[in-house]
Amino acid sequence: YTWDANEEYLFKAMVAFAMRRYSNKSTTQISNVLLCDVTDRVSFWFVVTDSSKNVTTVPGSEVEAAIRMNRNRINSAFLLSDKTLQFLKITSTLSPPVESSTPVWLIVFGVVLCLIVAGIVFLIVTGIQQHKKKNKESTEREKLEEKGEVTVTVENGIPCETLDLKAGHINGVFAADDERFTSL
Amino acid sequence: LSVPPELPKEDGRPKWDNKFQYILSCVGFAVGLGNVWRFPYLCQTHGGGAFLIPYFIALLFEGIPLLHLELALGQCLRKGSIGAWNTISPYLGGVGAGSWMVSVLVSLYYNTVLSWVMWYFINSFQEPLPWSVCPLNENRTGLNKECYESTAVNYFWYRKTLNIAPDITESGTLQWWLILCLAACWAIVYLCTIRGIETTGKAIYVTAIFPYLVLTIFLIQGLTLPGATEGLAYLFTPNLNTLKNPRVWLDAATQIFFSLSLAFGGLIALSSYNPPKNNCEKDAVTVAIVNSVTSLYASIPVFSILGFKATTAYWDCLDRNIIRIINEFDLPEESIMRQNYTAWFSFLNSSYPEKIAGLKLKSCDLQEFLDQSVSGTGLAFIIFTQAIILMPGSQAWAILFFIMLFSLGLSSMFGIIEGVFTPLLELRVISKSIPKELLSGIICLISFLIALCFTLGSGSYWIDIFDSYAGSLPVLVIALFEVTGVAYVYKIKRFSKDVKWMTGRKPNLYWQITWRFVSPLLLLIVLVAFVTLQIQKPPSYTAWNPKYEGFPMKEEKVYPPWVLAICVLLAVLPCVFVPLVALFHLIKRMCRSKDPSFVLPEVFSCQGANS
Repeated sequence: YTWDANEEYLFKAMVAFAMRRYSNKSTTQISNVLLCDVTDRVSFWFVVTDSSKNVTTVPGSEVEAAIRMNRNRINSAFLLSDKTLQFLKITSTLSPPVESSTPVWLIVFGVVLCLIVAGIVFLIVTGIQQHKKKNKESTEREKLEEKGEVTVTVENGIPCETLDLKAGHINGVFAADDERFTSL
Repeated sequence: LSVPPELPKEDGRPKWDNKFQYILSCVGFAVGLGNVWRFPYLCQTHGGGAFLIPYFIALLFEGIPLLHLELALGQCLRKGSIGAWNTISPYLGGVGAGSWMVSVLVSLYYNTVLSWVMWYFINSFQEPLPWSVCPLNENRTGLNKECYESTAVNYFWYRKTLNIAPDITESGTLQWWLILCLAACWAIVYLCTIRGIETTGKAIYVTAIFPYLVLTIFLIQGLTLPGATEGLAYLFTPNLNTLKNPRVWLDAATQIFFSLSLAFGGLIALSSYNPPKNNCEKDAVTVAIVNSVTSLYASIPVFSILGFKATTAYWDCLDRNIIRIINEFDLPEESIMRQNYTAWFSFLNSSYPEKIAGLKLKSCDLQEFLDQSVSGTGLAFIIFTQAIILMPGSQAWAILFFIMLFSLGLSSMFGIIEGVFTPLLELRVISKSIPKELLSGIICLISFLIALCFTLGSGSYWIDIFDSYAGSLPVLVIALFEVTGVAYVYKIKRFSKDVKWMTGRKPNLYWQITWRFVSPLLLLIVLVAFVTLQIQKPPSYTAWNPKYEGFPMKEEKVYPPWVLAICVLLAVLPCVFVPLVALFHLIKRMCRSKDPSFVLPEVFSCQGANS
């Protein structure tokens, strides 16, 4: 927005408002605030007069204190900030940075760590289970192999061990007939 | 009876689920933090586009042949680095032990760098970002003095993260927040390497592919930022005069070398899990090309963002000068803009030179801001974080950036840990009783405990030492022995036959010439040049000392003698294995040569090892 006489009027009003709030007197009028040396850059000097005491100016320290107290109201009236609306010799106080009770990073760290530990535990447990299963499988396979021989021989009907010549009889007829075969 | 002759003997060795996993692991190992924060810096300081010439020559004559050599070796012998070199020749066993030692040393400090990345990552969830504002001092009257004199970003890095000591001799205390992050990092490494390649193979899909996604996002964002084109032009404008400086060629050769992570034993370990009949020639060329393309691809967003940061700093400088001039001369607002600043300035300077001189304006030069480039941790934690604050939606960008750095580093860690893990699995036959999970847990725990000394106040100085001495010189020496060992002890003819058995094609003339002559010669020249350059000046470091009168400039200090001794020890320790083991076997042979019945096993080949 452009700076014109209306804005100057608003400024005078705000300074008067600040003086009223600060000193709790309702005597300061808009006409008590005088602007001078307005430049194109929009910078100017202003003084506040005290109409109750022979047109003398209010001391600068009082004006400074008043403005400092109401700085944010003045800023928001002009839609400006401490940086864009500067009062020379009135420095703005620094606002302390927001500090949360628990540092945020600890919370994030806790989340990350929980995920990692859960992953590790999961993998170790599955590893142990696999190991046990492999052990169980290998012992079962051994047992199965032993059992397998027994079952095979039983299923066939004729136990293999009985075919072992120790238990049987040698049929002498067939054994002796070997010589009857003519050699080719 | 019924075993078909083509089926390879099942030796119970774990193997990759598929070829893509293997290639991704090699690429992830090669593509690491150096691709993001060292290559763009080298490119920019050594004449921009002109640097690509020595870089590609080094890639062609040094990088690819060595890479092919290591991959073929691991695939053929199917053992980790120690076992592989013992099999090639007992006299060369020291090469394997040396590369194992290098992997151990590098893994210690590399994970500490990752813990810094993690610290920044978990701090990125705050609004506003903690490195964007200075904290107040004790009595709340102003900003913290150290922060005020340097910048908020510097303060967060040097004080809040590292709590850096002003001198390497002052160890300071253990920083508990760094210990927590380090523990988390080693826990993540343990989680991913718990069963060797069975688990890293799954994790690598995420950690190797994710950085490319984030780089693309940063590329798109970076190119839309103002000032990006200046940064890119600055990066890529070729200045062919720099090629006359031998330093540039040396930097290109060393960069290719460390970028591909050669001579760590990790590549041998990764390829040892391959089926023997695998085309390792194509793999080597693929991995090398992907690595170089990634370096180039990463430098584009990095430099767009650096250009943006320089432009913003330049505009801030201009704006500050404009405000002071306007205040002084009471000119209307917006009469002087950035575009007509120089015109106004010269006009005012000619009309009112005393007033202008009285203002003590700082001269703003865009080139000067662009010249402020750094490599390494400074790039990521100081410069990039500063640029991120300036971008809208800084939390998201910070989170993305640090996750990307973390995955880049993590995938390299997998390769390094495999280089440590695989030889241990084979070396001790007793390890049959120790399950893999326990062995990897022990390795991670011991490494974590040793790496705790990097969390001291002087920790980052020690990491610089480890990086410069343990990760550079021994690697060159070991690679030289690797190439000469295979070329002249094992003989290239035998090696070519092995490669032909594996890939189906005899290695062509390019490989023969590079393996036999070019690579060993080049490596020797690089090694000699490297050593001479190191010896020329006494090793010094820059320290962050708030009490220094030139603060915020860093103070140049010289290493005390005991630190120098440690540097030499770090550089020499892995290399000394090579002659020691060779000597040991020589003595053993001389003792045994009195016994005529002993025959040294000579005949050996790939097929022999497998059938």
